Amino acid sequence: MKLYLKIWRQTNVDSNGSFQNYEIDEITPDMSFLEMMDVLNEKLILEGVDPVAFDHDCREGICGSCSLFINGRAHGPDTGITTCQLHMRKFQDGDSIVIEPFRASSFPVIKDLVVDRTSFDRIQHAGGYISINTSGNTQDANTIPIRKEDADNAFDAATCIGCGACVATCKNASAMLFVSAKVSQFSYLPQGQVEAKDRVLNMVKQMDEEGFGNCTNTGACEVECPKGISIKNIARMNKEFLKAKL
Amino acid sequence: MALSGLFLVVFLTQHFLINVTSVFSEDIFNKLSHFMGTNPLVQFVLQPILIFGVIFHFVMGFYLEILNAKSRKNNYSKFSGGSNSSWISRNMIFSGGVILVFLVIHFIDFWIPEMNYKYVEVLPEDPNRYFEELVHKFESPLKTAIYSFSFIFLALHLLHGFSSSFKTVGVDSKYYNLIQKGTFLFSVIIPAGFVFIAIFHNLTS
Repeated sequence: MKLYLKIWRQTNVDSNGSFQNYEIDEITPDMSFLEMMDVLNEKLILEGVDPVAFDHDCREGICGSCSLFINGRAHGPDTGITTCQLHMRKFQDGDSIVIEPFRASSFPVIKDLVVDRTSFDRIQHAGGYISINTSGNTQDANTIPIRKEDADNAFDAATCIGCGACVATCKNASAMLFVSAKVSQFSYLPQGQVEAKDRVLNMVKQMDEEGFGNCTNTGACEVECPKGISIKNIARMNKEFLKAKL
Repeated sequence: MALSGLFLVVFLTQHFLINVTSVFSEDIFNKLSHFMGTNPLVQFVLQPILIFGVIFHFVMGFYLEILNAKSRKNNYSKFSGGSNSSWISRNMIFSGGVILVFLVIHFIDFWIPEMNYKYVEVLPEDPNRYFEELVHKFESPLKTAIYSFSFIFLALHLLHGFSSSFKTVGVDSKYYNLIQKGTFLFSVIIPAGFVFIAIFHNLTS
């Protein structure tokens, strides 16, 4: 396949970026999108041009590192996948592909397609944990009876990999899906109850301080989330938040 | 936003239930309108709360839109919003703007003359004037068309806003399907009913 790429290039966080056009040939349908980017970078290095910076790590949809906005959609033209799970068979010979970084004021561009998502880390630090004694005498979690439905819901919420696609695709750049998943994964379980009130209040406070937008329930985040996190978690978090406030 | 929206939904329902009586009975409509127009609790307690609710809803809507715009200072060059969300959910500010324009027209048509009648000119109260005033407003096909057009946008606004309000106040999965069905029925029946009332009086006047 021959492809025409329009890629966002930006030297650093303080510079103004712009789009650069590239042509790339001999791309096979079985390549992953990131392999296509590797081929492009090898070509650029041989030409003495700075390769395109982009985030990646596990390349199997687990780590949440990859973060490209491809042809107007977070993680590209498919649902339930990360960018590394996107394959070139989704494109046709001669296609033009626009590749941008995840855009949000809380995700500043560090270089090219790499964005700083440490705002998510700070939200996690604000309450996305349970304080537990791990000195060797921790109670076996399996000895605590938990309803199957609650266990399933908690597990579903816990599958969030924190990639930021929810923020990237939301018209308001809201992080509610991410935060609600992190709140819900504990709020369904007895272990999460002790710190439930502080958790939701502190995480929402941190989310607001980071400058994320407000949720208007468009549902775009749910569609683009590679792990299929449900927006029902947002309603659940709102309930937890109101309960904690009152 | 959600709470003021739900409050306005309650008011809208009450407004519709009174207006729809005008189709069936001139007398009932006059009696209900007279009660609403002269009862001190409605006039001096509920009416100010309603006006506050309307202003609060619009001001907060525009304020949040500005805040949300700041959350993404650099926009995407290509954004396929239609692939993952409905047009109306992404454009509530647009449908809300149309409704705001409609409300200005509606206030000029009904509320300001009513306030003028009762509190400025202090004319003698006529319990039978309301039906005639209503019918008179819908004699104009243009005005009937403007009202009908506005209610299409109200329907679109409600289609997203009604269920969204429940999610915002924390009503979660257990009632999700019920809320979705209720939202659809309410968003279609109430605006369609208002359109029917406007067209009915235009055709029968």
